[in-house]
Amino acid sequence: MNTTLSWLKAYVPELNVTAQEFTDAMTLTGTKVEGFTEADRDLENIVIGQILKIEPHPDADKLVVCQVDIGKGEPTQIVTGAPNVAVGQKIPVVLDGGRVAGGHDGKLTEGGIRIKKGKLRGVESNGMMCSIEELGSTRDLYPEAPENGIYIFPEDAVVGSDAIEALGLHDVTFEFEITSNRVDCFSVLGIAREAAATFGKEFVPPVVKETGNGEDVHDYVKVTVKDPDLCPRYTARVVKNIKIAPSPKWMQRRLAAAGIRPINNIVDITNYVMEEYGQPMHAFDYDTLAGHEIVVRRAAKDEMFTTLDGQQRKMDENVVMICDGEKSVGIGGIMGGENSMITDDVKTMLFEAACFDGTNIRLSSKRIGLRTDASAKFEKGLDPNNAEAAINRACQLVEELGAGEVVGGMIDVYTTRKEPVRISFEPEKINAYLGTDISENDMIRYFQKIDLIYDAKAREVIAPTFRHDLFRTADLAEEVARFYGYDNIPTTLPSGEATAGKLPFELRVREMAEDVAEYCGFSQGYVYSFESPKVFDKLLLPEDSPLRNAVKIQNPLGEDFSIMRTTPVNGMLTSLAFNYNHRNKDVRLYELGNVYLPKALPLTELPDERMQLTLGFYGEGDFFVMKGVVEELMERLGIMDRLTYDPSDKKPFLHPGRQADICLGKEKIGYLGEVHPTVAASYGIGEKAYLAVLDMPTVTKHASFDRKYEGITRFPAVSRDISMVVPRKVLAGQIEDVILQRGGKILESCRLFDLYEGVQIKPGFKSVAYSITFRAKDRTLEEADISAAMKKIWNGLEALGIEIRS
Amino acid sequence: MQEKLKKIREEAMAQIDHAEVLDRLNDVRVSFLGKKGELTQLLKSMKNLAPEERPAFGQMVNETRAQIETHLEKAMKVLEEKALEQQLKAEEIDVTLPAKKNPVGHRHPNTIAREEVERIFIGMGYEVVEGPEIEYDLYNFEKLNIPANHPAKDEQDTFYINKDIVLRTQTSPVQARVMEQGKLPIRMICPGRVFRSDEVDATHSPSFHQIEGLVVDKNITFADLKGTLEQFAKEMFGENTRTKFRPHHFPFTEPSAEVDVSCFKCGGKGCRFCKGSGWIEILGCGMVHPHVFEMCGIDPKEYTGFAFGVGLERIALLKYEIDDMRLLYENDTRFLKQF
Repeated sequence: MNTTLSWLKAYVPELNVTAQEFTDAMTLTGTKVEGFTEADRDLENIVIGQILKIEPHPDADKLVVCQVDIGKGEPTQIVTGAPNVAVGQKIPVVLDGGRVAGGHDGKLTEGGIRIKKGKLRGVESNGMMCSIEELGSTRDLYPEAPENGIYIFPEDAVVGSDAIEALGLHDVTFEFEITSNRVDCFSVLGIAREAAATFGKEFVPPVVKETGNGEDVHDYVKVTVKDPDLCPRYTARVVKNIKIAPSPKWMQRRLAAAGIRPINNIVDITNYVMEEYGQPMHAFDYDTLAGHEIVVRRAAKDEMFTTLDGQQRKMDENVVMICDGEKSVGIGGIMGGENSMITDDVKTMLFEAACFDGTNIRLSSKRIGLRTDASAKFEKGLDPNNAEAAINRACQLVEELGAGEVVGGMIDVYTTRKEPVRISFEPEKINAYLGTDISENDMIRYFQKIDLIYDAKAREVIAPTFRHDLFRTADLAEEVARFYGYDNIPTTLPSGEATAGKLPFELRVREMAEDVAEYCGFSQGYVYSFESPKVFDKLLLPEDSPLRNAVKIQNPLGEDFSIMRTTPVNGMLTSLAFNYNHRNKDVRLYELGNVYLPKALPLTELPDERMQLTLGFYGEGDFFVMKGVVEELMERLGIMDRLTYDPSDKKPFLHPGRQADICLGKEKIGYLGEVHPTVAASYGIGEKAYLAVLDMPTVTKHASFDRKYEGITRFPAVSRDISMVVPRKVLAGQIEDVILQRGGKILESCRLFDLYEGVQIKPGFKSVAYSITFRAKDRTLEEADISAAMKKIWNGLEALGIEIRS
Repeated sequence: MQEKLKKIREEAMAQIDHAEVLDRLNDVRVSFLGKKGELTQLLKSMKNLAPEERPAFGQMVNETRAQIETHLEKAMKVLEEKALEQQLKAEEIDVTLPAKKNPVGHRHPNTIAREEVERIFIGMGYEVVEGPEIEYDLYNFEKLNIPANHPAKDEQDTFYINKDIVLRTQTSPVQARVMEQGKLPIRMICPGRVFRSDEVDATHSPSFHQIEGLVVDKNITFADLKGTLEQFAKEMFGENTRTKFRPHHFPFTEPSAEVDVSCFKCGGKGCRFCKGSGWIEILGCGMVHPHVFEMCGIDPKEYTGFAFGVGLERIALLKYEIDDMRLLYENDTRFLKQF
């Protein structure tokens, strides 16, 4: 919503504030000013001059030398190249040292252009005559200005006076951000009411006089509303003997400042009242209305209708149509029809000010793809009681401007009257709610400033129907707070029962995961939750992979963002690839984010959201480095049970021989592996890359930050090395299983210290050596203890087909 | 004999004084004090003396030995110190050569900001709570006083899964979920990811993060809301931070406010960050709407409360002077390493 200070001043005559003061104060009472533009910010020292004499320039064909009266007695000499100057014209002249806003091509210069006296082709020139563009405006807003030439004032302009004043450019346009609860402020009057209350000045709305001749409008037209739920009120008046002409300058200026192009008196009046009252209006050519009748009804299914912009549009049965006795003549609340629009030859017209259901207008305008100034206002839900005031105001302007003869009376189809809301006034509750100590009288004073009525007898506040946001004490509290000033409300801290601040366990686990990942050199990335369904093919997932069962977004930003991810792998690979493309070396990233696993599709209940820790890197390191990070994390999370690695589940996006599920006992907690070279290549990662994914809900289930000191034993440890020839298919994990299971209580640890495959070993076998450490907590171990344990281990290993060498 | 002893002593002392390296001192020790050393030899030759002369002579030899040993030790100490000094000198390094780092990763700026906010509110007695990112329309809108066909639903540009399930557009639904559980009083914050259908550009992202706060108790006032957020702003942006509460409208709070903080770059004088105004808009808040309480099963006559929501990216972008939101999701390590 844009409006000018001068228009507001028309209703708050004592409003004498700077643009900045207005902005600050209005924002603090709830009418947020987003910004303002001073039309004269780059205009300086510009007066009305009159051309007394024009002579050719001695050295330039396209220039002329003018003597201009600027009200200073002696005329001043100005050289110009403008084609439209003539002796006797009154024109804007910027004098030596003054500024204009831009060039005659309409291009504005930040800070304006300073004009200095000088010589043009050898002839002295003491200023410049200005076009409307040089004054920072346009021919749209000043339709009387010539194309390509100097602006010409009317004959009654006063020579020597301020040209900016005469053009109405000493003004400020404010841009407001009106919140959806304050529909009344989508009008100049609504904002003026707030401004008057904010600055404690009197609010003087226009006095709408009775208009019309002795005739009765009911003799001219009949109105029927078939769907009162979609059109709660329809008012109409008739104007005859119309004289189309330009509207007066003051009206043109106000419309122009609101960004509306002046057209003619009738169109301008409807637009003016729409801005002033916030009530859209429409004018039909009465003579085109068949049967001189208006019927408001739903459109027929697939009805085609041509709007006044000449476009043919398809309707549906939820769109409200304004019809005459035979045909549709307008889309209710959105746009009139071409068949009934006002032309320059109009003789009699029907004025409409109606109220339509806001939601239906919003949805209709969306469905038919047509949003207009009118629909934008209606969709907010207007006050039907405003329609009457607006249509009478329009008729008053018709009479005042001499635009036609208003027929007496108003047609009013108003089925269910909207009544004001009464709210019980409980000042102590308001104070308790706000934490203030505001007197009852002050509160009542604040209400009265914004036209809320206080009924002292009933102890009730009556909210006028234009305030459809007031129902309860909390709403009144806001009105009180606004005018008492949010700034003046004290600052306290909540009293009452103390509560313990708490970070839940799963978030502590997540923070630990972040810490460990970072200690291990991984930086944290963030990845979108939605991605393309093409991702599944990129990851080589088979057609029947359950990961392809993804939650789909109905209205995505595009196919690339259309499904909720079921795996974090694509996000990680995309991030690694981004770094690879930017030639970043040795990149290590981690990400914590959800995957969304639907329980059934289509979704009937919320999907399972599972937080995943994803680690990925390329460059320095290998599979076992990644494995080390995973185990480091588990240790820090107090997961002391040994992780096992199961290579049997082949994930297609990982190297078939370099991947494993990470398990805790029988439970799978994640997986890791080298990225399949084909997949890495399709992402554009030109090195080996490694991934690990941990399912955080499962990890959290096993995690613990409880620690118990177990003592440091005084008794010595004993180590035994064991060297083996192992069939190739036997995994190190199997050997460790045997050692750990058979080593008994005295087994402390085992460590691989040699692994060899090659010529010295028979084919199909590998040489493996472990160092095994034994220790007892309560005694020094005897040789017998150790040999018994070693014997058990040997037996177990031999059962795997392993030859023990020593 | 005495003469000989004196000569040995002088000879030994001289050799010690002349020794320049530790090895030489050892040689001296061996040649005088060792088993075959001159002094030892001399002691052995004592048998040639008359028995009555022996004790005196023995004492003299031992004294000489002690003198030589003392001198020798002193000399050794000096030479050892000298040797250490030489070694240290030889081991001198160029300390300006590059460091050998064990590279440590970096937290994402969003997380840094989130953990900072969490820390402040946990200190004030708030519990951190999370909720689903794919949410029922009921919680995301309806229970927050945004009924079907409310224009706010359009304004928020919701991603729909179907007519009942959406990608949550705000963290506020977690408020409704916590209130519904009915465990009072409530002091909680809820950080999380939210979604709105905005095209990606320097200042917009279809997915971003909010932190929601909710306090419900008896006698909670708007003044409490002001005090709480003022304290938060001071802890988050510095002790000298001022706050400004401006009236605003949210469907689920009444009265509602937007909060500006004095620009933490310029302290309020006006700079390019605050676009010259000295203030930066940082969050939205208000008193929980009585109708929201009713829909969540809390009696608004008995309980009041306040809620607030702050955009995490907004804080991160402002605090770290990041000029393009896209950087937060590209995960370029050259970017991440700066935090």
